[in-house]
Amino acid sequence: MAVEDSSITSESATVGLPDTLWVHLSLVVSIVLMGAPLLLALLMSTQSTAQIYDVTNLAPGGHALENYQSALFEYDLARYIVNSFVMSIIVVVGKVSLSLLAALAIVYYDFPYKDAIFAFVLLTLLLPVPVRIVPLFELMADLGWANSMLAITGPYIASATAVFLFRQHFLSIPSSLVETARLDGVGPIEFLVDVLVPMSRGMIAGVSVITFVYAWNQYLWPLIVVSDQQKQVVQVGISYLQSASQAGQTQWGLIMAGSILALSVPLVVLVALHRPLLETFALQQK
Amino acid sequence: MTAIELDSVTKRFEDVTAVDGISLAVEPGEFLVLVGPSGCGKSTTLRMIAGLETVSDGSLEIGGERVNGVEPKDRDVAMVFQNYALFPHMTAERNMTFGADAARDISESELSKRAAEGAEMLGIEDLLDRKPAALSGGERQRVAIGRALVREPSVFLMDEPLSNLDAKLRIQMRTELASLHRRLQTTTVYVTHDQTEAMTLGDRVAVMNDGHAEQVAPPQELYDRPATRFVAEFIGEPAMNVFPVEVRGDAVVHDTGLEVPIAAGEMALKGDIDAADLGVRPEDIDIAPLDDASAGTCTATAEVTVTEPLGDSLLVHCQLGDETVQVSTTPRAAFDPGERVVLTVDADRSHLFDRETGEAVYHAPNTAVGSSEDRTQRADAVAPGAGGEEIQ
Repeated sequence: MAVEDSSITSESATVGLPDTLWVHLSLVVSIVLMGAPLLLALLMSTQSTAQIYDVTNLAPGGHALENYQSALFEYDLARYIVNSFVMSIIVVVGKVSLSLLAALAIVYYDFPYKDAIFAFVLLTLLLPVPVRIVPLFELMADLGWANSMLAITGPYIASATAVFLFRQHFLSIPSSLVETARLDGVGPIEFLVDVLVPMSRGMIAGVSVITFVYAWNQYLWPLIVVSDQQKQVVQVGISYLQSASQAGQTQWGLIMAGSILALSVPLVVLVALHRPLLETFALQQK
Repeated sequence: MTAIELDSVTKRFEDVTAVDGISLAVEPGEFLVLVGPSGCGKSTTLRMIAGLETVSDGSLEIGGERVNGVEPKDRDVAMVFQNYALFPHMTAERNMTFGADAARDISESELSKRAAEGAEMLGIEDLLDRKPAALSGGERQRVAIGRALVREPSVFLMDEPLSNLDAKLRIQMRTELASLHRRLQTTTVYVTHDQTEAMTLGDRVAVMNDGHAEQVAPPQELYDRPATRFVAEFIGEPAMNVFPVEVRGDAVVHDTGLEVPIAAGEMALKGDIDAADLGVRPEDIDIAPLDDASAGTCTATAEVTVTEPLGDSLLVHCQLGDETVQVSTTPRAAFDPGERVVLTVDADRSHLFDRETGEAVYHAPNTAVGSSEDRTQRADAVAPGAGGEEIQ
């Protein structure tokens, strides 16, 4: 970003060099500040425990392979990553499908108290999963879903945010398209699949990215509802690494390697789909 | 059997009446144009025929069957929208076949055959693989019309289909629509606010105002024998001059002394009215410099205020007493603002309108066209609730 910004400010570079210098300097400082935790984690994941405890040692260590291998296989992070991936994909697919159907109903169907129902859907924003943990846990236990993939995906499938975003997008589609379809007798599901979904590709991709990252980062609920370590997700998996210690010292290298592994998957998704994500929030720059 | 019949059809949106008891009959194969200013209810009427709006009151028949509560898809109508309504992610060909494919039992081969035929008819064979974004406005509208053709409906409904096109293209597409209709002979209801489009395309034109039809008649008749002052002023460019006159026996007299004789027995002024509005088209007034014109009947002196050369004619705005009168004269005629002129009204082309109701009470005998009398439909919706006058 800083590099791109420089091209904008460089127009006035010849006139006010000190000014642009300050701008660049502050940009560099803020980027370093924001990137520091990530860079440190990356650095520490290559060091041995002893090197890490030597705080002034900021040179890359030679233990990268060892740390990553150990986190992935000895501490089963590979399995947790797969679990997290499956969970996130189910949540994304479920949430997007359900929200598309809900938005379809809210925008294109006439039924009594439509606005009130939409308002009620929005109201659920006030009750995120952590607030509902106790009753939700009871519900899962009653359903016999505890300790299963259903438990860590089901509660996330309904999403007011996604319904809202899709509703807004559908409302922006010209009504004559809908009317044409009505005149031709195109059924609602056909209309959704053949018209709305292709016309909402960007929005769907954007919502999918947000949902994927959100689902990937879930910690508290899986921690509570999943007791079988084999079925656990990666965020909880990292906390398992914490229990590993060497001569009473926490193995930060191992933990940082696990953290880098855990964030690499959503990072890849984010980078791959950053364009539709920015479009979703109408932030796309020329 | 009529193709479409509207009997006292009314549409109310909460407390607004958009269409107020309109009665219309469209014959099979006819091209009927609904024309009127914005908000006159013409689009709402079309959308009721399509089934996109419900009918609040009255009866709507298509092909002899009452369709008030019938789903749009079961009415066998196809509609062309002003903004084309093409699906941006589909190719032109898919756009043309999608609707017919989705709803009807038509084989793939039949569909592509129809699409190819439609494309050929519209001259868009080479564009079938393109998406709407890669098409120009005129091409998009052709695809939209092609989509209606593929459906092979019994009625085409067109909602201002040419309004988004530039002037030149609009004229070209207008001609194409006319020839397309001549070839297909499909019943068509066409909505526009452009009177030229209405006049050139329509077998008959329904002039709408304020939710009701002022007059339904062939274009020339609308022009020659407007049923109301509204029609008189709406149809014709530049608009008809209408100014108040006093009725004195066999003549009407304007404040300025302009006197226009009225053919005896032709006037249908109701009651003892001695005031009316005189309507004369700009081309039915002669203009001459003051000095070489002899004063006589139908003449008055006026002052030129503005001249507008239109190329094929010269439009002169004159001040006649308190009225501004537009006169159309030969191009390159030399009139200057401020000049005093003599205006001569063609008494054989004059109209009188009731000042209260705006209804035409007199047309000079020469304005009659053929046997149009019995084809004129005068919608009685001027006085709502007066009981539906049966329209042929």
